[in-house]
Amino acid sequence: MEHHLVLRVVARTLIPLIMLFALYVQFHGDYGPGGGFQAGVIFAVAFILYGLIYGVDKLRDVVHPGLIRSLAAFGVLLYVGVGIASIIGGGEFLNYNALATDPVAGQHIGIILIELGVGITVASTMIILFYAFARP
Amino acid sequence: MNVTLIDVVILCLLVITTIAINQQRNLFATTMLTGIYSLLCASLFVCLDAVDVAFTEAAVGAGIATILFLGTLALTSFEEKTAVKVSFPGLFIVIVTGGLLIYGLNDIPFFGSPDNPVQTYLASKYINESANEIGIPNLVTSVLASYRGYDTLGETTVIFTAGIGVLMLLGRAKGKNRSLLGDER
Repeated sequence: MEHHLVLRVVARTLIPLIMLFALYVQFHGDYGPGGGFQAGVIFAVAFILYGLIYGVDKLRDVVHPGLIRSLAAFGVLLYVGVGIASIIGGGEFLNYNALATDPVAGQHIGIILIELGVGITVASTMIILFYAFARP
Repeated sequence: MNVTLIDVVILCLLVITTIAINQQRNLFATTMLTGIYSLLCASLFVCLDAVDVAFTEAAVGAGIATILFLGTLALTSFEEKTAVKVSFPGLFIVIVTGGLLIYGLNDIPFFGSPDNPVQTYLASKYINESANEIGIPNLVTSVLASYRGYDTLGETTVIFTAGIGVLMLLGRAKGKNRSLLGDER
C-alpha cells in the first residue's frame, strides 16, 4: 500500500492516538468501561494498522516476533505471579487482600497488575495472530 | 421488560445482516457483513447498559476478527465454492438441535427476572460489598478482576493458548516448506 498517500498520512496521525487511547482504557478500567482485554486489542490494532499500511516487513522491524512471543507468555506469568504473591502474603491464590497491609490497597495493586498482565498477553497474541495470517 | 424502538430497529438490522451473510457468496462481502453484525451487536449491548461487553465486541468482533478473516482470505480465496447441495441428515440434526434449544428455553428465567438465581444473592452481594471490599467504582472490573479472578486467568490462558496454536500451525519460518513434526524436507 506504498502509494496510498491519504491512508499513510491518516494512519501516521491516528497511530499515536490509538496507543494513547489504549493506555487510557488500560489504566482507567477501574473507573470507566474498559480493562485489559479491550486495551490489549486496541493497542495491538495500532501495530496492525501500521503493518497494513506500511507492510508486514516494516512492522517486523518495529516489533520483533521473538520479543512479542516472550511478551505473550510474560502476561500470563505476571497474572499467575500475582496469585503466587498473594499466597506468599498469607492469603489464598489470587486473594489480593494479602498483597498489602490494607486490604483495599491490596485489591487496587492486584487488579492493576493482573489487568496489565491481561493487556500484555492480549496485545501480543493479537500481533502474533496478525503476523501468522499476514504472511504472504 | 421494556422494548424500545431502538431495540427493535437493531434486532431487525441484525436479522437482515444475517440473511445477507447467508445469501452472499463473495467472502470479502461476507467478512464486511460480519463486521457490521458485530457492530450492531455492540450497539445492542450499549442499549442493554453493558458498555464493557459492547466495548469488547466492537474491538474484537468488528475490529480484530475482520482483519483476521481478511488475512485468511488473502491466504485462501475470496470466492465461496458454489457446490450447494442440501444434506438431509444435516438438516435433520439442525432441526432437532434447534427444537431442543427452543424446548430448553422454557426452563431459563426471563431476561431480567428478579427470581433468577444470579439476581437473588450473588448480584446483590457484589453490588453491596464491592465498594467496601474492592473500593473501585467500576463494578464490572471488580467482578472480572477480583471476585472472578480465576475465570479471567482462564480466559487469558485461553487467548495465550490460541496464539500458540496459530503459531504452531501457521507461524513457521517463511518460504520454507517445513512439516509440522520435523524438518525432514
